[in-house]
Amino acid sequence: MSDTPQLHLGVALDGAGWHPAAWREPNARPDELFTAGYWLDLVRTAQDAVADLVTIEDTLALQSSRFEGPDERTDQVRGRLDAELVAARLAPVTQGIGLVPVVTVTHTEPFHVSKALATLDYTSHGRAGWQVRASAGASHAALFGRREVPELVPPFDIEDLKIAPFIQDVFDEAADAVEVVRRLWDSWEDDAEIRDVATDRFIDRDKLHYVDFEGKHFSVRGPSITPRPPQGQPVVTVLAHARVPYELAARSADVVFVTPHDHAGAEAILREVRDAEDRVGRTGLPLQVWADLAVVLDTPEESGADRKARLDALAGDPWFTDAVVVAGSAGAVADQIAAWHELGYAGVRLRPAVLPDDLALIARDLAPELRRRGLTRSAYDADSLRGLLGLPTDVPNRYATAR
Amino acid sequence: MTHKKQIILGAYLGGVNNQTLWGLPEAGSQIEFSSFEHTARTAERGKFDFFFLAEGLALRERGGKIFDQDIIGRPDTFTVLASLAAVTEHLGLAGTINVTFNEPYELARQFASLDHLSGGRAAWNIVTSFDAFTGQNFRRGGFLPRSQRYERAAESLALVRELWDSWAEDEVVADKGTGQFVRSGDVGAFQHTGSQFDVHGRFTLPRSPQGQPVILQAGVSEQGRDFAAANSDAIFSPFNHLPEAQEYYSDIRRRAVAAGRDADDVKLLPGGAFVLGDTDQEAQDKARWVRDQQVTPQTARVLLETVWNRDLSDFDPDGPLPTFEPAVDAPSFIQGRARLDSDLQGWADRLRAVQAEKKLTAREVVVDQFTRTEFVGTPERVAGQLDDFVQSGGSDGFIIGSHLVPTGLDEFVDRVVPLLQERGSLRAEYQGSTLRDNLGLPVPERRHVRASATV
Repeated sequence: MSDTPQLHLGVALDGAGWHPAAWREPNARPDELFTAGYWLDLVRTAQDAVADLVTIEDTLALQSSRFEGPDERTDQVRGRLDAELVAARLAPVTQGIGLVPVVTVTHTEPFHVSKALATLDYTSHGRAGWQVRASAGASHAALFGRREVPELVPPFDIEDLKIAPFIQDVFDEAADAVEVVRRLWDSWEDDAEIRDVATDRFIDRDKLHYVDFEGKHFSVRGPSITPRPPQGQPVVTVLAHARVPYELAARSADVVFVTPHDHAGAEAILREVRDAEDRVGRTGLPLQVWADLAVVLDTPEESGADRKARLDALAGDPWFTDAVVVAGSAGAVADQIAAWHELGYAGVRLRPAVLPDDLALIARDLAPELRRRGLTRSAYDADSLRGLLGLPTDVPNRYATAR
Repeated sequence: MTHKKQIILGAYLGGVNNQTLWGLPEAGSQIEFSSFEHTARTAERGKFDFFFLAEGLALRERGGKIFDQDIIGRPDTFTVLASLAAVTEHLGLAGTINVTFNEPYELARQFASLDHLSGGRAAWNIVTSFDAFTGQNFRRGGFLPRSQRYERAAESLALVRELWDSWAEDEVVADKGTGQFVRSGDVGAFQHTGSQFDVHGRFTLPRSPQGQPVILQAGVSEQGRDFAAANSDAIFSPFNHLPEAQEYYSDIRRRAVAAGRDADDVKLLPGGAFVLGDTDQEAQDKARWVRDQQVTPQTARVLLETVWNRDLSDFDPDGPLPTFEPAVDAPSFIQGRARLDSDLQGWADRLRAVQAEKKLTAREVVVDQFTRTEFVGTPERVAGQLDDFVQSGGSDGFIIGSHLVPTGLDEFVDRVVPLLQERGSLRAEYQGSTLRDNLGLPVPERRHVRASATV
């Protein structure tokens, strides 16, 4: 056993995998992407890998190869199920593993988001998490038609004075949404339901609380219609690549997924995240910083590099993505993960290039290699996602403690 | 081989009112998934067509304080239904979702996702609300004038349907050899401009297994009847007695035909609770006991407060009804619950007439007027009552529930369902694979206007 704290393992699921040509692989199931059976098989494989959690990718708008707005391509996967409902469909038939759907907070209602995730926590018996997504795109706004937003045409600089205030506003709104969601989760104290026949009271109304949030984009009164979820506060995560989203994570999340590309970058990002925590005055536990890695693993027949080259040829372009793409053996990928863990990374989130192939290779080769090195857990030894991640499982209720 | 009309059965799980007896020792959770799973599995064991979840988006209040005398709190409808899809195979999964506090794009995605994830079992009970009280939990607040409720509902539903139809049936090609995933470069394109919505973009899901999820509605007013008859696959009927139910049934069918539909494509479903006994007398006694339990002294006060619109905390429900008049013009003392009658004075006068005629205390008046158990008797009597009602053209079926959560439905499935099956009025096994199949409803034809062709 190593003395360093345990390394957490996550798997990010999206469509047929993260490589644009993944759906064309022999084992790919592109005509089943919209069926429950496909997703169940994937999550069960992630369970075999003893992953702490799976994230389920989502955006409000249809996929596009462009930064913003639809494209006309017909050669890539298009279409996605609502991720929160995929997680809910899997909850009763999976065990141990955390279910972390992406749920967008721009344009949507924090009240609905809060009760949906609370309910996922009930139907999964304490395995719910949430990847918060903010959405600045004009094409996303147009789906709702309720606000005008500026068109962002790349290349642009997020710090550009012409767009920075707008970006900041989108992320401030996201922070407000998470704050409302978290308050609503706490708006019922755990023992609010009393069923006291003698006094003819179903609840003790003093243990229900108005959240009375007033923000720039919305105000929400509460309480939630759904009692406090089993975990109290389901796990909140954010994927972040820059200062403003780091600050959102520092203000709002338990876990931040980041995208270092090399050792120096990994060090720099850790510093930036810690600086963001200082700037926003984060209290309590520091953020768990997890590195995202897109993986193309070796098979007995073909190296990861050859697989990637073949997929790139099918796609017509070399594959670049926000996360580093690692092609190679389970041992080589484990080396890189171990090195970043040494730097202070609490976890790694793997993005399988091809589903189910790379996920199966993670379960068969990479995850056992990480376990063999004493980095990751060997069994689901906690009964909630918070427990798996080493977060406090008895979360004080902000309203109960304020009384 | 008989060809009797088949009874459609839905099951509801009670809660968030005084009908569910939370104080019984065998009463279970209103929130834990196990309660929903038990009821849904029981309904599926009884070859029910669907399971139904109601919704309310704000906790009810009286005099500015949250209700504490009966059940409050419920889980998220979509999430529970999606989780139930994992533990059932044939059962339809129906939920009430409000179009005032949900946007069509998101709703269309959620229901289409539920339909895909359940293999074609999703159903939507479409409702609107206009109250500012509930609006306090949402971005736009109580923005919708009462007069625009049907306008919002109609445009929401039309837009949602447009989105459900935005992908052609054969849009997903997924040809690994040629590398073509979708047929069209502008897959899912839509554009809609109306008085309620101005939206455009690309929808994210292929047409779902049912073509479109099943649409449920309630409608009693003139406007409500027209809307429901023109748009719904099934309608919740408030009529449980034959003459008025038959009248409503023919009226809805007439309106459906007037709207250019086949009369058989609209199903009518009254709702009701049941109490069974080994003898009719035993069932009557138990039903009386249940209704009595449903109205505790505090519940009696609160229900009378909905009529008198003032604080009756100090009122003795075991005496006569209040002699003072309702506060007709005061702001609503009870918030978050729809008024059954907007004429409070007339309502109070009716209750007083019942009190005088039947010589009842205030609480007994409440039991008489605010509680109902529609199906009471031996299993044979109840099975006969349900079957005769349907065969006489009172409805196409029922939505059934119990005062006991979650095990109340067990008795109905164990004792009444076999009798309905013997009568040849309820399936012995599921025939179809989707809810539409089981309800005998056609798959709606895809009606899609290309975005580029829209003016």
